[in-house]
Amino acid sequence: MTRRIPVSAVPAAVWAGAALVGLLLAVALLSLVWTPYPAEQVRVVARLRPPSAAHWLGTDHFGRDVASMLMVGARNSLAVAAAAVGLGLGLGVPLGLAAAALGRWGDELVARLGDLVFAFPAVLSAILLTAALGAGAVNVVVALGLFNAAVLARVTRGAALAVWRREFVRAALALGRGPLSVTLVHVLPNTLGVVVVQTTVLFAVAIVNEAALSYLGLGIQPPSPSWGKMLGDAQTHLFNAPLQAVFPGLAIALSVLGLTLLGDGLRDWLDPRHRSSGLL
Amino acid sequence: MMQTRARRLAVAAGMALMAVPLMIATGTTGGPTAAWGQGRSDLVIGMPLEPPHLDPTAGAAAAIKEVTYANLFETLVRIDASGAMVPGLAQSWTVSADGLSYRFALRPGARFHDGAPCDAAAVKFSLDRARGAESVNAQKGYFAAIAAVETPDPHSVVVTLSRPDGLFLFHLGAGDAAIVSPASAAGNKQKPVGTGPFKFDRWVAGDRVVLARNPEYDGAKPALERVSFRFISDAAAQIAALKAGDVDAFLQFNAFEALPEFRNDPKFTVTVGTTEGETLLSINNARKPFDDVRVRRALAHAIDRKTLIDGVLYGNGVAIGSHFPPHRDGYVDLTGLYPYDPAKAKALLAEAGYPNGFDTTLRLPPPPYARRSGELIAAMLAEVGVRAAVEPVEWAAWLEKTFKGKDFDLTVIAHTEPLDIDVYARDSYYFNYRNPAFVRLEEELNRTQDAGRRKALYGQQQRMLAEDAVNGFLFMLPFVTVQNAKLSGLWVNRPVQANDLTGVAWK
Amino acid sequence: MLAFALRRGLTLALTAWLASVVVFAALELVPGDPALMMLGVNAQPDTLAALRAQMGLDAPPLDRYLRWAGGLLRGDLGTSLTYARPVADLVAERLVVTLPLALLSLVMSTAAAIPLGLLAAARRGRGGDWAVLGFAQIGVALPSFWIAILLILVFSVGLGWFPAGGFPGWEAGVWPALRALILPALALAIPEAAILARVTRTALLDTLGEDHIRTARAKGVGRAAVLLGHALPNALLPVATVLGLQLSFLVAGAVVVENVFTLPGLGRLLYQAIGQRDVIVVQGVVLLLAVFVVLVNALVDIACAAADPRPRALS
Repeated sequence: MTRRIPVSAVPAAVWAGAALVGLLLAVALLSLVWTPYPAEQVRVVARLRPPSAAHWLGTDHFGRDVASMLMVGARNSLAVAAAAVGLGLGLGVPLGLAAAALGRWGDELVARLGDLVFAFPAVLSAILLTAALGAGAVNVVVALGLFNAAVLARVTRGAALAVWRREFVRAALALGRGPLSVTLVHVLPNTLGVVVVQTTVLFAVAIVNEAALSYLGLGIQPPSPSWGKMLGDAQTHLFNAPLQAVFPGLAIALSVLGLTLLGDGLRDWLDPRHRSSGLL
Repeated sequence: MMQTRARRLAVAAGMALMAVPLMIATGTTGGPTAAWGQGRSDLVIGMPLEPPHLDPTAGAAAAIKEVTYANLFETLVRIDASGAMVPGLAQSWTVSADGLSYRFALRPGARFHDGAPCDAAAVKFSLDRARGAESVNAQKGYFAAIAAVETPDPHSVVVTLSRPDGLFLFHLGAGDAAIVSPASAAGNKQKPVGTGPFKFDRWVAGDRVVLARNPEYDGAKPALERVSFRFISDAAAQIAALKAGDVDAFLQFNAFEALPEFRNDPKFTVTVGTTEGETLLSINNARKPFDDVRVRRALAHAIDRKTLIDGVLYGNGVAIGSHFPPHRDGYVDLTGLYPYDPAKAKALLAEAGYPNGFDTTLRLPPPPYARRSGELIAAMLAEVGVRAAVEPVEWAAWLEKTFKGKDFDLTVIAHTEPLDIDVYARDSYYFNYRNPAFVRLEEELNRTQDAGRRKALYGQQQRMLAEDAVNGFLFMLPFVTVQNAKLSGLWVNRPVQANDLTGVAWK
Repeated sequence: MLAFALRRGLTLALTAWLASVVVFAALELVPGDPALMMLGVNAQPDTLAALRAQMGLDAPPLDRYLRWAGGLLRGDLGTSLTYARPVADLVAERLVVTLPLALLSLVMSTAAAIPLGLLAAARRGRGGDWAVLGFAQIGVALPSFWIAILLILVFSVGLGWFPAGGFPGWEAGVWPALRALILPALALAIPEAAILARVTRTALLDTLGEDHIRTARAKGVGRAAVLLGHALPNALLPVATVLGLQLSFLVAGAVVVENVFTLPGLGRLLYQAIGQRDVIVVQGVVLLLAVFVVLVNALVDIACAAADPRPRALS
């Protein structure tokens, strides 16, 4: 087994990814204190203006400033994705660790629960859930969080099982350490690398899925702007203001690109022998 | 991409070659004056929503009637393009002096598409089915006043009412009162069998319903041989379909921002007509703080209808001041009662005890007019201190929570039934308006046949609603049609839920 | 092997059953009444009751679930509440859109990905490799519904080559129908191709490092011949594995992309049925999707276990 990406490329990918993610974070934080215009300010007379000095990215169908909306959208997008990934980490990692530690039926239970969650693609379960509980950011977080939990449980379990088979764990068990203590002292630290990498990937997936749900009108609710809803609104104005369909998509794509670059770079850095399955 | 392009060229070349013999053929059969568009007898109509099924007597979805009304199914009384009541399956009718007995003389030659005669028995069956215990008619209330339906002879029907109903004939003209055949009624959802000049051909689920001319029709035969209704909900796809000629006309076109472009293109004609849809900011009159008329009046002053009509309809709408369409007899202009005045709104709120405004929710059903109006209204209310959280919901949830459950603060919705000011007299309608004086006016209206007196009563009703600021009265939903300029006979207005194509022809 | 397949079969049945219970329970909790949906704002209580009885909604939830499950065991997916037609018919009607869409995008993505992967592996570390890796990185980052909107912008709005949405039906002819599917398939295929190109490249490079390939190279077989004749066949298994797994993501992506293009596919049927509170349709479609996803996962597992005994032999 050899490293597939040239050594010199690894830092570059990580740097590029980190730079994009940093930019996203910076824009989101900046939007808390400053945006060119209030993002929710409606001015119907100034609608669908092309980019100009006054409105860098133009205005939308209600005359709102697109640049400002994108900035606040970054914040909303990050908040939902962070919450969804956080929920996934909080539920998934302990479940995965427990499955690996318990073996047999506990393991089986976690695997079947995972099957059940995976049987519904994330977007579908989110559509169902928002139908049941109503549209909105919180319910999107719950739906995406459950999906993330299933992914993280599976990934953590796999990594943890590999650790359990290793000599030093057997040695620790032979010394009379209990499964809980082995899990916390030996297994958890050795699975963190995989979890961190998976987290960046899931973060990217959460951003895309949130945008897809907001596009369908089920995610973040107006007047607070979201990239997905901006795309949905832009689609009805494709003939008059085609650029409106470009900017929010670009924002989504650059965020995802940053996160995947970061994730891939971290993966190669943490685990050079990792088989990049390309999944997720 | 190269492959696609080559393919496209090949297709274009093939079409050019084919066009030559085709033109010759037209030339020989159509004579030397034959021009493009002429001789066409098919029509593709675009509309936004697909009907769930095609039985107008068993569903409220407007799309059902928009496909079937007058085309496939007929009613005793027919509503024409101007909203007037004209003979349909009934050639004529007489009403007794007390307004309790209606006698209809049926068109003798009317037959269902399966060959069964459409006689008095079929009419009796249809009316009894609509008002019976098993009825699943969305407008069963239209038939509530009927006491008995008798058939003195095969071509006469006598309907006796238990109480006078000023709108009875008008309601018989609704698609919900379509006359169906006892033999085929059960299958109408999938294979509708009516008496109209078009019969059902096929339904490509998710895409189109096709109707074909009924050669056996006993009345004037339509010019069109074949009519397709295509369902395109997305605005960009609507525009593209019109430009590509995939549809010849789009009804209820709602990509308003694209209208100037179509107006400037000589290939298209754009008409902006009226519907019966009063668009409201509905208010829960029973819930605090909206039980205080000052708060409701404050909301009325806070809404800038001009901006709303500009923002949502790109100017293609008429403002209203009460629950009555300006194009109908009896309309009173009350739009000046609460001019846009944020300062006045704030003052009224302060007077009512809300100097700092309050928090509330604004629930929005799916149609674009509602979602867009809601977003703008939330911004307008915010300026006077009313912080409305926008809550978009699906239709099912809106009906269940807002309409049936009456559990809401504010919502935006268009009331599309014709002449439906009577809903304010209902006991438990969702905006929880209770005014005995209004109910008395409604009762008198039901007893009154005299047109002048009816107008006066409608006027009093409108004024009462406006003064109580029951709801935020916003605008009339426009009926916008973009059509091929060579097409004639499409309705400009929509007085009932219908796309009557019987008079449509290519110029 | 048989025991393994049997176990997976049991798991499949269990998952499908759990999925149906979850969906049924979820829709029970969802506010909304299909009868009210159908009859609208002027519906009277007695008409609503009559329609509910007609729809079979007057029975208690458990009875309705059992009736539905019983029908299922006899191969009957039930009758749609909204369309008053058998769910099986509705699904069949929609599958003729969704299945060709999925296949088309699958064909497009593999047709692009395998040559790209080969190119990258052959030019490892050089320009071509970087270009493919760059495409892979960016392609994965593009949400398919945005690609869909951009494709509409360029090819429908701008050039007018393809319809912006809708589906004329196969009876309108193969080309018009296919024309309506090309942009949506492309929107789904681009991210897929990005993933697959990367997997192909990695798998090829992995197999190139293996002993029998080195032997072949030592015997004097040319690099191109080794790549195509030896490495590619060996690399196809991981590619097929990922392809199988991606299939379920394709289904999810199709829900959104079908909405962008207003295609009357399975995803849109499901989306609309949720809106109409058509429990029977939602249950039927979700069950089919769940079974499909679990089945594909199981097949992938079985294929891996059968074709690649190495991990077990090594450990």
